[in-house]
Amino acid sequence: MRYAFHWEVLWSGQSGRWLLQGLATTVELSALGWVLAAALGIVSGAMRTVPWRPLRALATVYVEFFRNVPLLVWMFFWYFGVPPLLPEAIREWLFRHGAEFWAGTFALGVYHGARMSEVIRGGIQAIPRTQFEAAVAMGLTTFQAYRLVIVPIALRLSIPPATNESLNLLKNSSVALTISVAELTFQTRQIEAYTARALEALTAGTVIYLVLCVGIAAIMARVEHRFAIPGLIARGG
Amino acid sequence: MFDLSVIVNNFAFLVVQGLLGFGGFSGGTLRLAIPAIVLGFFLGIFIGIARLARSWWISLPATLYVEFFRGVPLVMVIFWIWFIIPQLLRFPIPEYGVALTAFVIFEAAYFGEIVRAGIQSVPRGQVEAATALGLTRPQSMRFVVLPQAIRNMVPSLVTQMIVLFKDTSLASIIGYVDLTKAAQIVNNREIRPFELYLFIAVVYFVCTYSMSRIAARFEHRLA
Repeated sequence: MRYAFHWEVLWSGQSGRWLLQGLATTVELSALGWVLAAALGIVSGAMRTVPWRPLRALATVYVEFFRNVPLLVWMFFWYFGVPPLLPEAIREWLFRHGAEFWAGTFALGVYHGARMSEVIRGGIQAIPRTQFEAAVAMGLTTFQAYRLVIVPIALRLSIPPATNESLNLLKNSSVALTISVAELTFQTRQIEAYTARALEALTAGTVIYLVLCVGIAAIMARVEHRFAIPGLIARGG
Repeated sequence: MFDLSVIVNNFAFLVVQGLLGFGGFSGGTLRLAIPAIVLGFFLGIFIGIARLARSWWISLPATLYVEFFRGVPLVMVIFWIWFIIPQLLRFPIPEYGVALTAFVIFEAAYFGEIVRAGIQSVPRGQVEAATALGLTRPQSMRFVVLPQAIRNMVPSLVTQMIVLFKDTSLASIIGYVDLTKAAQIVNNREIRPFELYLFIAVVYFVCTYSMSRIAARFEHRLA
């Protein structure tokens, strides 16, 4: 392979600014998507373990349907499929305020919420049943027992798998380029289109993703260590 | 409002062409997913074993391989293969080749981790017993460790197969006519995005959910 690299294309012209904008959009998209995913995941993950069948069934349908369909299909569904059904006013507002970004955030959040739900459910099921029974015996209602006892412990137990899932969310935010959200992969392609230097552009994008993922994993390893519950999990402590 | 006729009229194109891959386009979700699962798993076995090798010059490249591909998005890898293959081979290859190469390389990293965990789940005594019986290291790996390891891996393997099956939708980005692309093609003509994308969501769901159900039954028998 004979290929003369021209790394300067990455900082000459507009490329540098595009990369930074792409990085900012990726972080923004992932952060908002993560908040939605965490909220949906905690609620539906807890619902799947409650002693009341209709709630369990509802959460199961949500989790199984959303996590078993490709994210790309959800991106198209939320971006092309849903807005035409919305009331005129909301639709107009959306298309004036970056509809593709909001559709992307929603698709990412709802899809990963279903996957996060499994993580949280795993955490809840790892808690001895007696914790719940003790909470109820103390006079807490089921809702209070979940809010004050079960969910806080489950969250601490699920930090390692939840970190993994959050990194998947960050990487999956690249799928939003298909509905033309100008995130990092999209900007990488744009630099390639303008400069015709594909390998340099792809290298830049790849390195940024790697740094983000490795960085977050390193930070979370410390957090995990701090939040480990002594006695409940072997590592940490 | 909800117009089912668009699904009925294009059912053959979506399912036969998009999902199965028979028709005017060379495409098909299954035609991509099945070879990608088989080849990705085989490459994954080698990577998983290499990660556990005693010599660092075997285990280090395997570790770097896994860490690298687990740190970048699949979309990025698809674009890499798309641009790098014409540079290396001096001629372009069809989308099918690009997509299959990207999936095998990318998913092998994930399969490799599953294989490694599976091998590590086999008690040490098994290898020691195999050595005591006079088996060489490759022999004990082939006849003693791997058969037990694969049995332990089944649940995670199925999960990964389902992930890969869903990931093949990303091949539509480079123009491969899979189920997702087929729905896009129909939508360009009919402009019924809600019905079409919901329909293919259901098709994907039926495929992946039945995979997980069959696997659950199979695991029950194995256990």
